[in-house]
Amino acid sequence: MAPEIHPIVLLFASVFTSNILLANFLGMCSFISISKDMKSANGLGLAVTVVLTITSMLNWVLLKFVIIPLDLIYLRYIIFIIVIAATVQILEMIIDRVSPALYLSLGIFLPLITVNCAILGVALFMQIREYNFVQTVVFSFGSGIGWWLAIMALSAINKKIEKAPVPPALKGPGITLITIGFMAMAFIGFSGMLSVQ
Amino acid sequence: MNGDSPAKILKENVWTNNPIFIQILGICSTLAVTNNLTNTLIMTLGVMFVAAFTNITVSLLKQVIPRKVRMIVQTLIIAFYVIIVDILLRAYLPEISKSLGPYVGLIITNCIIMGRAEAFAQSHGPLISAWDGLTSGLGYMWVLMLIAFVREILGFGTVFGYAVLPETFTPWTIMVMAPSAFFLLGSVLWIAKAIILKKERGK
Repeated sequence: MAPEIHPIVLLFASVFTSNILLANFLGMCSFISISKDMKSANGLGLAVTVVLTITSMLNWVLLKFVIIPLDLIYLRYIIFIIVIAATVQILEMIIDRVSPALYLSLGIFLPLITVNCAILGVALFMQIREYNFVQTVVFSFGSGIGWWLAIMALSAINKKIEKAPVPPALKGPGITLITIGFMAMAFIGFSGMLSVQ
Repeated sequence: MNGDSPAKILKENVWTNNPIFIQILGICSTLAVTNNLTNTLIMTLGVMFVAAFTNITVSLLKQVIPRKVRMIVQTLIIAFYVIIVDILLRAYLPEISKSLGPYVGLIITNCIIMGRAEAFAQSHGPLISAWDGLTSGLGYMWVLMLIAFVREILGFGTVFGYAVLPETFTPWTIMVMAPSAFFLLGSVLWIAKAIILKKERGK
């Protein structure tokens, strides 16, 4: 419970010290399969950041004005997941209408996001840590940026690894996981600056 | 894939086609709790339970669910069982439920469950689907328990909370922190793949 955290501190914390992927292990599934190509990594990172920010705001409003007053807390998983799925669907339709070019580059990633653990994870963290609205916005936006940063860094590293002599059995997911481990260690270095948990 | 024997499914899901080795599916929700054996055991049991019952339900309802909306229907079925797990944990193991925090809810987005429902339960009968869900959960469990065992014994010097190493042992702080989970999972994948590759070459 940390309701008194300053929003700017929370923003930095969610990007660096408690990075949603490297410290909380969320959003790994699509992370490993997409991280091979920088362009799609960028598209997915953008999509995750947008969806994460929008759905967390919606979920916070629902939590505050519907779930808690009606005492439906045990239904929160279903409500959160429906909000996420619906938001993704609506965004997909809007992007398709407004900008077909953007749809081409982003469209294929949107369905992947529904099952991205980071989105649901942020909603649940927001509920458990009892963030207020501003904190929720900052936390979800920061987490999205943190995820984006991590996937871009990893895909850039993967480009180099392709040329490196990796043992055959370690190739593929094995070396990717070990790389993520090193990245996580590097990010732990930030935790001296501030800590929010 | 029709007509698979239970023994073959067991072998595939636990070893040759282990969800973690082959597709690294579903680690998001559970890797976070692997610094503690008890939490990992409860978490993976939860995944097993949800996987088995989701498979039964999807298999029974496969003719009724329209193809176009089956993803969302499957997600809701999974969410239903996860809520049951959550309520049971909160009633009988409140301490563990508290330390697992949001990760129980995140079983919903565990790709293994959706993956098995989609790949197996859609085309098989309910009983064999339940068996498939159970064995997938088992394959998932042993890998994560292995990681949790190494992390707990080196990080705290304990196994299931009981001290096993002498007091002079210095705990490895890194084992408690996030990076070690990635390193260990990477190493487990490395060893497993090396064994699989060696077998293939031997053939």
